[in-house]
Amino acid sequence: MRKTVVLLAATAFATLISGGAFAQTLVYCSEGSPEGFDPGPFTAGTTFDATRPVYDRLVVFEPGTTDVGEGLGLAESWEISEDGLTYTFHLKPGVEFHSTNYFTPTRTLNADDVIFSFMRQSDQSSPWYQYTSGISWEYYNAMSMPDLVESIEKVDDLTVAFHLTRPEAPFLANMGMDFASIVSKEYADQLEAAGNMVQFNQLPIGTGPFQFVAYQPDATIRYGRFDGYWGTPAGVQSLIFSITVDASVRAQKLIAGECDIMAYPNPADIAMLEANANILLETQEGLNVGFLAYNTQQAPFDNAQVRTALNLAINKEAILEAVYQGFGQAAVNPIPPTMWSYNTAITDWEYNPTEARAMLEAAGVTNLTMNVWAMPVSRPYNPNARRMAELIQADFAAIGVTVNIVSYEWGEYLARSQEVDRDGAVLLGWNGDNGDPDNFLAVLLGCDAVGGANRAQWCNEEFDALVQQAKVVSNQDERAALYMQAQEIFHAEAPWAPIAHSLAVMPVRSNVQGYVMNPFAIHEFATVTVE
Amino acid sequence: MLRFLVSRLALIVPTFFGITVVAFLFPRLLRGDPVLLLAGERGVTPERYEQLVHQFGFDRPLVIQYLDYVWGLLGGDFGTSIATKNPVLYDFFSLFPATLELSFFAIAFAIIIGIPAGIIAAVRRGSLFDQAAMGVALVGYSMPIFWWGLLLVVVFSGMLGWTPIDGRINVRYFFDSVTGFMTIDALISGQRGAFSDAVRHLILPTIVLGTIPLAVIARQTRSAMLEVLGEDYVRTARAKGLPPRRVIGIHALRNALIPVVTTIGLQTGLLMGGAILTEHVFSWPGIGKWLLDSISSRDYPVVQGSLIIIALIVMLVNLLVDVLYGLINPGIRHRG
Repeated sequence: MRKTVVLLAATAFATLISGGAFAQTLVYCSEGSPEGFDPGPFTAGTTFDATRPVYDRLVVFEPGTTDVGEGLGLAESWEISEDGLTYTFHLKPGVEFHSTNYFTPTRTLNADDVIFSFMRQSDQSSPWYQYTSGISWEYYNAMSMPDLVESIEKVDDLTVAFHLTRPEAPFLANMGMDFASIVSKEYADQLEAAGNMVQFNQLPIGTGPFQFVAYQPDATIRYGRFDGYWGTPAGVQSLIFSITVDASVRAQKLIAGECDIMAYPNPADIAMLEANANILLETQEGLNVGFLAYNTQQAPFDNAQVRTALNLAINKEAILEAVYQGFGQAAVNPIPPTMWSYNTAITDWEYNPTEARAMLEAAGVTNLTMNVWAMPVSRPYNPNARRMAELIQADFAAIGVTVNIVSYEWGEYLARSQEVDRDGAVLLGWNGDNGDPDNFLAVLLGCDAVGGANRAQWCNEEFDALVQQAKVVSNQDERAALYMQAQEIFHAEAPWAPIAHSLAVMPVRSNVQGYVMNPFAIHEFATVTVE
Repeated sequence: MLRFLVSRLALIVPTFFGITVVAFLFPRLLRGDPVLLLAGERGVTPERYEQLVHQFGFDRPLVIQYLDYVWGLLGGDFGTSIATKNPVLYDFFSLFPATLELSFFAIAFAIIIGIPAGIIAAVRRGSLFDQAAMGVALVGYSMPIFWWGLLLVVVFSGMLGWTPIDGRINVRYFFDSVTGFMTIDALISGQRGAFSDAVRHLILPTIVLGTIPLAVIARQTRSAMLEVLGEDYVRTARAKGLPPRRVIGIHALRNALIPVVTTIGLQTGLLMGGAILTEHVFSWPGIGKWLLDSISSRDYPVVQGSLIIIALIVMLVNLLVDVLYGLINPGIRHRG
């Protein structure tokens, strides 16, 4: 009898404990499986969502902004040399790496870890450069780091100096990106010695607020609060990513309380979620732009007057309503309004089919037939390209322009739209990487990007000179002035019809507190608590 | 028996090589370039493109790529996923237990219901049960899996709320994976409610994936039983006054089972195709979604590897059926 009572009490206690643990658990319904757990080789936001809980970076953006905040990351402070060629970072002392059942660190973070984190992506003689076959460091390359970083010097155990080949103002913002996450050299050495380097991408070790617990592909990722974290401890004991590919199913699970936060709701489900008393909708202006890029090297789109006329014919309000379901704002400039240096003095091309038709006639263009390319996939900056193309088709028909809508398989679409002799105008867009205007203006409209990400094939020397100049100036006010001028040239030349900046929506249950939306569309949960 | 096995195994070798050719060529015949898909909106410069193509080995002659691949296969290397950077086998074995569990329950469901239904329908030939069972079997066989799955989800998960919408178990349960079968691991864990939750998650996917095999098995059992029930030895057994249960259950069923076992074997092999669709509907974390994703992203090593592994599994199941067939009917193995 006594044994039974003890057993019952133990069971009741276990139930209470497990109930408590559930309350300390945050379940996030994510949209897909991560590609891996090493943030270096990957480029997808879904992957960075999964690596963010585990890793820190030298530099961190102020929560909810695109501004680099000093002392928020692993670097306590930094100095930039007067010539802009050396960035010296001072590391926080006593930062611990995660201790798990697959790795026990014997030391805290030091300069060796920082140097290893970057050199593995650039030093082709390092075994870590190709630690699993077919690996490539796409972000490191895309941010021009191999050309930019001349060397990385260990000044002392807690001081690292990056020597650059040229001044590069966006460098600091680059250090806040996920490819710049700081990994453990000691862990890497241990795996290398064991001949099991591929584990680096499967069982991660970092210094972040959560430590990795388990991953079941296409089902769950589990993290536990890291009690040795150097910063403010995470608000929940455990964090679970419940991978749910279908957006409508995610919404149903949120309503049913199976998850506390969900990613990327279907625009069509938002009204239903909004009507639920237990769900709040957090919104944030997205760091993105959806656009229609004319091929400025092909007639008649090589004429700025023709491009402007077409821009005047697009009814953006109708597109915002039909394609973005109200969760977007009309784009005026190629960068989003939340970004510093956004030129508020520029006003949008006002929808005016009559003027558009007259301007087209004045340019000597009649009976124009053109292709508009519609992406075959949904992206945050353009949830329904086919619908958008149909609306543009109707708008252009109103000014006597016949539009044929074309589309290709996504990989082919991306490849063909890059070609300099491509026809017509292409619907595409961009999500910002690091909050720096250079990441939009140079990447998407620079002369170097013609035949690549510059789908307008637009090389304007004056514009390009301003953007290049802004890259090497370290004073942000001076840079902003240069970017504002560049935006004026963009508006006068109209290589694109900028369509919209989508609004990011994050439905959370009302028992969730402290969630801060990230403008880079990365989902972070360290500050979140669950009541 | 040994000769029988050797002859079957000898057939597997050329089949395997044939499959490697098909699996190797299939993703390459699809439009779309994995390197460009990897680059996304950013695009790649021609130089970087060349670098990546070289790194992945896509710039070598196709024959060399193929021979290199087959050489790797013979050494157990199925390549590395372009997307996840993990060995293909690592990703496969992370996901396969879920597919295996679902397939096991689906075929068990089909057998447990299909064989008795077929027997009863044959014994009561022309009865209301026979007509209803065979009618339902025909509908089940003709039902598109995707539509059938969605219908059940809408009714039982959406409208009635009786079954979970997706997944293998509520994410709040957590225990070590010992066998890879969620139901068994849940039992081993001893966590209250975990086993029943895992079973609840299995109900609809099992029914959906098991429907077609159930229909086929029931119809096959019925027709095999009808044929056997008309044989002289069954009549003799009846004439001797053996109880009907014994006549049907021992004398008739044993012989009727021979074609049924073949059918079960073939259906088990075909389950892989159905599993891909079923997993998609129920977000079941098996190899189905993995394979579909790899096709979308033109992840050549994964497409090749998964097709070959699935083909190997089907071949092994067929071999097993051949062996079982031989065991049930000794005449087969003597001829083999």
